[in-house]
Amino acid sequence: MTAKQKDRVLVVLQMSGAYDALNTVIPYNDPLYMDYRKVLRVEPEQVLPLDEHVGLHPSMAPLKALYDEGKVAVLQGIGYPNPIRSHFRSMDIWHTAEPTKMVTDGWLGRAIRDLDPHKENILTAVNFGRGLPRALAAPGVSVASVGNLETYGVLTGIQGEDQRVEALDIFARTYSPAIGNGPVNDYLSQTGLDALKGADILTTALHTYSSSVTYNRDLFAQWLKNVAQVHLADFGTRILYTGVNPGTFDTHANQNISLPKLWGEVTNAVSTFYQDLKEHHANEEVVIFMFTEFGRRVQENGSGTDHGSGGVAFVIGDAVNGGLYGEYPSLKPEKLDEGDLQWNNDFRSTYATLLERWMGLDSKSILRGSFEQLDFL
Amino acid sequence: MAEHDMALIAHLLRRTGFGTRYEDIEAYAAKGYDATVDELLHPEGHANGLDLDLAERYFLEWNHFTRGVPEYIAFRMINSKNQLEEKMVLFWHGVLCTADSKVQSYVTLYEEIEMFRRYGMESFRDLLLQISRDPAMVYFLDNCLSHKGNINENYGRELLELFSMGVGMDGQFNYTEKDVKECARAFTGWTVANGIPGQPYGRYAARFLYNPADHDEGEKTFLDHTGNFNGEDIIDIICQQPATARFLSRHLYNYFVADDAQVPAWMDTPPRDPETIKMLEDEYFRSGYNIRAMLRVLFLSDAFKKARFAKIKSPVETVIGTLRLIGDWTEPQPGFEPIFDEMKHMGQELLNPPSVEGWHTGKEWIDGGTLVQRINFTADHVGDTHYPGVQAIIQRLAATGPSLSPEELVDGCLRLLGYYTLTTETREMLVASAQKHGTLSTRAAEFAQQVAQMLQMIVATKEYLYA
Repeated sequence: MTAKQKDRVLVVLQMSGAYDALNTVIPYNDPLYMDYRKVLRVEPEQVLPLDEHVGLHPSMAPLKALYDEGKVAVLQGIGYPNPIRSHFRSMDIWHTAEPTKMVTDGWLGRAIRDLDPHKENILTAVNFGRGLPRALAAPGVSVASVGNLETYGVLTGIQGEDQRVEALDIFARTYSPAIGNGPVNDYLSQTGLDALKGADILTTALHTYSSSVTYNRDLFAQWLKNVAQVHLADFGTRILYTGVNPGTFDTHANQNISLPKLWGEVTNAVSTFYQDLKEHHANEEVVIFMFTEFGRRVQENGSGTDHGSGGVAFVIGDAVNGGLYGEYPSLKPEKLDEGDLQWNNDFRSTYATLLERWMGLDSKSILRGSFEQLDFL
Repeated sequence: MAEHDMALIAHLLRRTGFGTRYEDIEAYAAKGYDATVDELLHPEGHANGLDLDLAERYFLEWNHFTRGVPEYIAFRMINSKNQLEEKMVLFWHGVLCTADSKVQSYVTLYEEIEMFRRYGMESFRDLLLQISRDPAMVYFLDNCLSHKGNINENYGRELLELFSMGVGMDGQFNYTEKDVKECARAFTGWTVANGIPGQPYGRYAARFLYNPADHDEGEKTFLDHTGNFNGEDIIDIICQQPATARFLSRHLYNYFVADDAQVPAWMDTPPRDPETIKMLEDEYFRSGYNIRAMLRVLFLSDAFKKARFAKIKSPVETVIGTLRLIGDWTEPQPGFEPIFDEMKHMGQELLNPPSVEGWHTGKEWIDGGTLVQRINFTADHVGDTHYPGVQAIIQRLAATGPSLSPEELVDGCLRLLGYYTLTTETREMLVASAQKHGTLSTRAAEFAQQVAQMLQMIVATKEYLYA
């Protein structure tokens, strides 16, 4: 058996709601941290140290284990120029890679177009979640968007298996480009048939998949399981996208209860996913990028934190040169940006690195500019 | 009533409102086409039939509109009898765009929407003046950051490029970069009080404030006119331009008549139907920029009447139209947010257009994800025989006699969905499918399910994507 060169795959995990950078990668030896965070502080002896300055939240032990194996790059101080503290606009900026103007196409949408310019594979990119994130959108790019792989498909609400088979048969025939005419009709036909074919192919992943690994029941873990199923099914999918629901990490109150639970679930799921890939010898070709829209306010507000700016992101995988990247933003009051951590690490540098060094794409056209690359890959 | 007249009324109601109900088609057909156009154009003369008082007691957030504005808009779209009024609100929301993602003050956006309701069919000049004084807009396009001696061009540029004239027409530019700057200078001092975003104090709407001390009083030259212009003078000059007549006419055509090229292509792409555009441009000047007059000419034109199924439905039209058809949400009930999310997942989130350019329309509504979302949503709803509107369709079909042929089933469903037409091939496929059951007994227990399944197959067709 000859070893086949496997296509490299990017898995993007969107942690919506803005996780609290300061209590995710914790500057546990900085006395200012203790001053700002009287209620929400994590005591130094509980922190999972990455070095003598910073460490992970104790609920992130599964990620710490991967870090210790050298598989996690921590991107400190990540952000974008002129921070905006709106969830929607900020997420939009991460999606489009355009901090100063509103555009409608996403950085990954543009990447998909470059990966598959002739649209040879309708499953070049697959999203798991409700609605397609703008990151994956671009004119002429078709991305399968799956709410739940087990129930995914066209006309799933039709009662009775025979009726559904018949309805789908009619659907396929009425979407034939031979019916109707003109370019719009051809486009609609193609999109309809692609959706149908995509659903048919995707759901076969359920049947070919078997694993000794068990995912937790939370929605994110289940979506990651779907990501694994699709990756392991070898459909030629290069970009897989999922995340948590909007607002999940928006811990304005009771953060001491919610944040550990969320990071526990998320890092558990990521670790399970990694183990699953490893069991199938499919780990080396995958890199995971995990991000959020911004960090949270340095000063706690009582039991939670409000919207901030500078944040932290993670890149995880066998190919990754693990370690800390970017500078941890200073906590000194005069160094804060309206009470928030100052970003120092343009998010587009991370994008450029992932696009160039992992996906083998030209990042300049995708990001509409040139950005310094980092050495995590 | 002749089938042709009924079909034409169904078309008019689909375009001027959010989908048709068979009883509305009957009622308006009895009044006649021209009288219906009159009624739609004059909502001030007719009760909208909305019990907003009751709704406000149910949706408590509607008292102050700190939340719930998209749901409020959707509720009105479903239930207002003055459908064109609501349709114009959506039209202007998609042209004179602001987005909650930046404004983050629902109460301010609510006032903007109410402004569209008041001015949406009046003078275009007045509307441009209102939008220039709209606090959500002033903030959204940074005019509050534009100062005497230190202009921010954002609003000045978009006012010309996306709200009135467009970059160019017939291959020529409509204005210069100098005009943009002079326009921005004229709007200095147009700012807001009660800062935006409101959070966490969003209970009070921002309001427009004119600060004469920050207004650039110097002489300006704009589109070959020179004077000490203020924003209102600029709007007067804009309204006199043939480009403005063209821009507004193309927008109305694309929204009401047929899918055409998208705004960025208008400089170099001629209109799909130049004659109708010319007619609208003439009416714009004849009526003194009156939007209602332009709409009247449009709805009475042959081009409009002939444009049946020449437009792909927007997600809002799809969702609201389906809810109106099945008779859901006729009164307040819990669980409205998922309905609102449906439109979002189909690609149109109310109060959050993707950019200041608004939503792209036509085939750009459709991609692999949004198409599946749209078909499944529509099929799931019309296939549920518990909904009163679905029951009404079943009962009307049952009332035609003890039995229905396969052709009668297909044609009856198409008629009751609003006089839809299918290509011959598709219709034959559906008839062949119905034929497997032979002649249907309308008294049989399975009749309701057979109708529901036919409705599901119809709404899944390519033809049903169109309105």
